[in-house]
Amino acid sequence: MTLKDQLDKIRQERKEDIKDVVDLKKLDSLRVELLGKKGPITQALRGMRDLPADERPSFGQFANSVRDELQSAIETRRDELKKDMLNKQLEHEKIDVTLPGKPVAQGQPHVIQQIIDQIEDLFIGMGYQVLSGPEVEEDKYNFEMMNLPKDHPARDMQDTFYITKEILMRTQTSPMQARTLEKHDFSQGPLKMISPGVVYRRDTDDPTHSHQFHQVEGIVIDKHITMADLKGTLELVAHELFGDRFDIRLRPSYFPFTEPSVEADITCFNCGGKGCAVCKYTGWIEVLGAGMVHPNVLEMAGVDAEVYGGFAFGLGPDRFAMLKYGVDDIRNFYLNDIRFLTQFSKKG
Amino acid sequence: MKISYSWLQEYLDLQVSPKDLAEKIERSSVEVDSVTQPSDGLKKIVVGKIVSMESHPDSDHLKICSVDIGEDELSQIVCGAPNVAADKKVIVALPGSRIGDNVKIKRSKMRGVVSNGMICALDEIGFSKDVVPKEWADGIYFLPDDAKIGDPVFPYLGMDDHLIDVDVTPNRGDMLSVYGVARDLGAIYGQTPKLNHPKVEEVATSAADKVALDVDKDLAPIYKMRIVENVKIQPSPVWLQIKLWNAGMRPINNVVDVTNYILLKYGQPLHAFDYGKVSGSTIKARYAQKGEKLTTLDEAEHELNEKDIVIADDQKPIALAGVMGGLNSEIDDQTTTVAIESAVFTPTLIRKTAQRQNLHTDASQHFERGVDRGGVEEAVNAAAQMMHELADGDVLKGIVTGSSYDVKDAVVEVTLSRVNHVLGTELTLDQVEDIFKRLGFGVQVDGETYTVSVPSTRWDIHIPADLLEEVARIYGYDKIPVTLPSGPTTVGALTEKQKLIRDSRHVLEALGLNQAISYALTTQTKANQFMMRESSETELSWPMTADHTTLRMNLISGLLDDVAYNNARRVKDVALYEQGRVFYKDSADQVRPSEHEHIAGAVSGQLVVDPLKNAKHNAVDFYQFKGIVEQYLDNLAIKGDVEFVATNRYPEMHPGRTADINIHGHYVGFIGEVHPTIAEAYKINQTYVFELDLDALIEMPKDMNQFEPISKYPVITRDVALLVDKSVTNAQVLAQIQKKGGAYLKSVELFDIYDGKNLPGGKQSLAYTLTYQNPNATLTDDEVNQAFEKVQKTLTSELGAQIR
Ligand SMILES: [Zn+2]
Repeated sequence: MTLKDQLDKIRQERKEDIKDVVDLKKLDSLRVELLGKKGPITQALRGMRDLPADERPSFGQFANSVRDELQSAIETRRDELKKDMLNKQLEHEKIDVTLPGKPVAQGQPHVIQQIIDQIEDLFIGMGYQVLSGPEVEEDKYNFEMMNLPKDHPARDMQDTFYITKEILMRTQTSPMQARTLEKHDFSQGPLKMISPGVVYRRDTDDPTHSHQFHQVEGIVIDKHITMADLKGTLELVAHELFGDRFDIRLRPSYFPFTEPSVEADITCFNCGGKGCAVCKYTGWIEVLGAGMVHPNVLEMAGVDAEVYGGFAFGLGPDRFAMLKYGVDDIRNFYLNDIRFLTQFSKKG
Repeated sequence: MKISYSWLQEYLDLQVSPKDLAEKIERSSVEVDSVTQPSDGLKKIVVGKIVSMESHPDSDHLKICSVDIGEDELSQIVCGAPNVAADKKVIVALPGSRIGDNVKIKRSKMRGVVSNGMICALDEIGFSKDVVPKEWADGIYFLPDDAKIGDPVFPYLGMDDHLIDVDVTPNRGDMLSVYGVARDLGAIYGQTPKLNHPKVEEVATSAADKVALDVDKDLAPIYKMRIVENVKIQPSPVWLQIKLWNAGMRPINNVVDVTNYILLKYGQPLHAFDYGKVSGSTIKARYAQKGEKLTTLDEAEHELNEKDIVIADDQKPIALAGVMGGLNSEIDDQTTTVAIESAVFTPTLIRKTAQRQNLHTDASQHFERGVDRGGVEEAVNAAAQMMHELADGDVLKGIVTGSSYDVKDAVVEVTLSRVNHVLGTELTLDQVEDIFKRLGFGVQVDGETYTVSVPSTRWDIHIPADLLEEVARIYGYDKIPVTLPSGPTTVGALTEKQKLIRDSRHVLEALGLNQAISYALTTQTKANQFMMRESSETELSWPMTADHTTLRMNLISGLLDDVAYNNARRVKDVALYEQGRVFYKDSADQVRPSEHEHIAGAVSGQLVVDPLKNAKHNAVDFYQFKGIVEQYLDNLAIKGDVEFVATNRYPEMHPGRTADINIHGHYVGFIGEVHPTIAEAYKINQTYVFELDLDALIEMPKDMNQFEPISKYPVITRDVALLVDKSVTNAQVLAQIQKKGGAYLKSVELFDIYDGKNLPGGKQSLAYTLTYQNPNATLTDDEVNQAFEKVQKTLTSELGAQIR
C-alpha cells in the first residue's frame, strides 16, 4: 500500500468516525489524534522525504487536502454538537407561557373625566377656550344674569343649596356665560368657550338624581352665528362621543336664558332608533338642552344684542356616561368603588 | 296634563294616529310623557244585563245573578255589591278576562255556587279611586240603558279614547287646555280649529242687583262674576263625566263639573260658590287678615298669612283665591244659587300662597303659568250657559265686573333677514308670513318687516326672539340646515394651569392610582379634618341631609369615605387619587369662600395585586407611597429641593409616620399614615394618604428639560457603611456627605439599611454609594480618596458614626 493509499484510507474511515462522535470532548481528542503532531497526516508529510522528488509536490498537495477535509468534517461536527447541546439546554429552559404576567400598577381616569376630556379636546380643536368658574357662586351670575329674576317660576325647576341669600352652590355651569360675556372684548374676535365643572342641586340622591353632578356649558357669540351652526356643533358632539351613526334631532323646549330653546335628542344606542324600552319606543334619547342666547342675557352682560348673538348649550357628562356605558345608578360615580372605577380602562 | 285625542277631534280633522299626533306635538310644541288608552291591559269586559237575581243560600250579602251577556244562555254570576239590582246594565268581566291591576278572572265557585266571571265596580277595571264619582264608590257601576248587551264596555266609559300626557314647559301655559292644544295643532297642520263661542240665555233679573264686587286690582287684575239661580244639583251627564275622569278629575255634580270642564277646555280656572251661604251681598278679593283661618274644600284648615289672597264675604274668607274654594261656601245638593267667579290673579302671589300653604292645585298651577286674559269673560259665559242647560239654572242678566282692563294684542316687529340670520335658513317672505297666519297672529308686511299682532291666547310672546322660536318650531327643526360657526378663527388650547392639572392626573394614574370623584359637601367633622391651614367652614343654610352640610376643606376625608365604602365590600386593595377644590374662609365673617385646587391620594392594601405573592407582605408601606409622591413631584419638575420633614402636628395622622412636604422651603402638603383611631372611626384598614396644594405647585417655577452632554470621562464609586444611632436620619447623613463631598461628588445613594441582630443596641447600619466624576477630565484615585476621606471624617465627627 502506498503512502497515498494509506492516507486515502484514513480519510475515508476517519470521516465516518468523526460523524459518529457524540460529545465535544471526544471530538477534540479525535482532532488531536488525527491532526496533531503525532497524527497520521503529520507522519505522512514527514515521510514525504522518502518519496522521489517529482512525486513530492502532488503528494504534499494530497496530504493537505486530506487534512483540510478532516478538519472541516470535525468543525461541521462540532457545530452540530454545539447546536444539539443548545437545543437541549433550551428544551430544559422551557416555561409555562400560560402562567399570568406580573401585574403592573396602573390607575384609570374616572369615567366622567374621560367624557369631559373628550368634550374638551373636541372643542379645543374647534378653537374654543376652556374656562372654569367658581363652584360657590353669586345669585346674580347663577340666576339673575341668566334671565332668572328672583320671582321667576323657573327657579322652582332647580332646587338650590344656598349659603346665604345671595351666595349659593352653582346649579349650572352657565354662570360662566355671564362672567365671560361681561369680560370678553369682541374687537378681539368671537367668544367661543366651554365651561366644564361640578354643579349642585338640592336633591335626594337616588338612582337618577345626585346632589352633585357635572355639566359642560358651551357658548359661541359673534356677529353671525345661527341655529344651523348649533345643530352642526351638537351633531359633532354626538359623533365624537357616541359614533358617526348617531343622529341628532332638536325639539322645542324652554330655558330662561335661551330663545329659541331646544332639547336635543340622540339616536337611541340601545336599539339604533328602532324603538325599545330604554327610549320609551321613540328611537330617541334626550341628551342636552340648548338654544340661541336670549337677548336679555347679552344685554345684561353689556353686549349689544342687535349686533351680536349666538348659541349656548349645556350637557351632562354624568348622563352621557350613564347612557354610553349602561350605568343604571348615578350614585356609582361618586362612591368610587374600585370595581366600578377600573371598568372603563379601554382606550379608543 | 292629559289631553283627550277624541276631544281634539271635535275641533280639528286629524288624519293621524294618536301616536303620530303625540310625536308631532313633541317635535313642534311640548314634550309628551306618554300616550295611553284607559283600556290598556284590559280584555273581555262586556256589557251585561242582570235579568234576575236571588239570594245566595249560604251568605247574607251575596246574590246569584242571571246575566244576559249577549249569548244564547244566561250566565250565572255571584255578586256581593250592595247596590246590585235586577234590570240594570252592568260591567261584566267574563271568564278569561283581564281587569285592573292585571288580575285575571276565571270561572270560580263562591261558597259552593258557580260564578262565571264577575260584575265590576269602576275601580276594579282600572279607574283610580280618586276619579270614581262618589255615587259609584261603594258598588258596581250601572251602564246607560241603551248600552248594547255583549259589547265591550270601553266606549261607554270613554276608555277607548287615547290620552296624550303633555309635559308643559313654564312658558307654554297656553298648552294647558284643549283649546290651546287645538290652536297649536291647527298651526302645525294648517287647519283652523272649529272653536265654538257660547251664547248665554239670560233671564231678566240683573246680576248686578244681586251681588257687588270689591276687588283689589293689584291682587286680581281681572275679576268677573255671573249668578245662576234655581239650579238643580244632580250628577252630570255621562259624556261630561267621561271628559273629567279621563283628565284625572272626579265628577262631583253638574255645577262643579262645569267649572272643571271649562278649566280643561279653556284653561281658565273658575270657582263656583253657593251664593246662599255667602253673608251679605258684597264679595271681596283682598289680602288675608292676621289670624284668619279657612278650611278649604279638601277639609284642611289653613292658618292664613297676611300675604295670602282670599275671596271673602262681609264676615269671612270663603276661598283661598286662585288655589281652592272654602268648605263654608261649597256647592252641595241643596244649593240653588251659584256665583261663578272667573278671574286672573297675580301669578307670583298665587305661587307664594300655594307654596306657603303647601296646596298645589290645577287652578294654582294655571295661574302660576298665566292664563289668557282675553278669555276670562268667554269662560264665565260658557259656564253659565252650561249650568242653564245641565242644571236647569236661570242665568241672571249681565256679568258683574270687580276689576278689568282692556287686553290688547302684543305687537312685535321682526324682519325676514333677522329670521334667516338667526335660524340659518333661507325662508321666503311668504313662508314666514304663512307661519304667523297659521298661528292665528295678525301680520302686516312692509318691505321685509313683519308687524305681528299676537293675541292674548299666546301671552308668552313679547320680543322678536319669541317669534323666531315660533317660526323655527312650526317650520320644523328638522329642516334647519346643519353648519358650523363661520367667521374669524380662534385658537383653542388648554391654559398652563389646565395642562398641569391634566398632567398631574396622568402621572398619578401611571403610578397606579385610580381617579376618584367624591362629594364636596360633607359633614362638619370631616370638612375640618386633615387641614393644611386654618380656615373657617362654609355651611349650607338649608342642607338636604346630615351627611352633606359643609363644604370640604380637605380632599383626604372624601377619599377615606371611598376607602371605607370599598373595605365594607371586602375590597381591601384601594388606590385612589382625587383632584378637586377645597373651600377656605379666612374668618367666619367671610361670606364667600375662596376655592383652591388640591390633589390628594390614598392607598390601602396592595398597590399591585400579585396573587402569586403573599398579600400581607406586599401591602403598601410609607416608603412605597412616598415613592409615588416623589415621582409625581419629580415629573412636575419644580425648581428646588423636595424635603420631607417629620411632623406630629396633624391630629388625624400617625405621629411617627407623617411628613410635611416642603419645596424650596415652602410648605406644599403632607404625607403619612392615617392615625389608627381615625382609621377605626372611618372603619378602614391601614391607609396611607397625601394631600398637596396643587395651586401652589402650579405657581412654582419649573425646571426646563435641557439636554446635558453625557460625560465621556469615567465615574469612580466608593462605598461606605456606617454604624450610627437609630435617631440619626438618612437626611442628616446625606446633608453631611453633601456638605463635605467635594466638587466632584456627583451623587449619593443609600443602598443598604440594617438594624437587625448582631448590632449593638440602639444602633443601625447605613450604607451608601458615593459617585465621583469630573466632567472635564479623568479623575485619579488619589483625588477621589482625598475627597472620600473628608466625608468619612465628618461623618465620624458630626454624627458619631463608626465607619465599618
Ligand atoms: Zn331604543
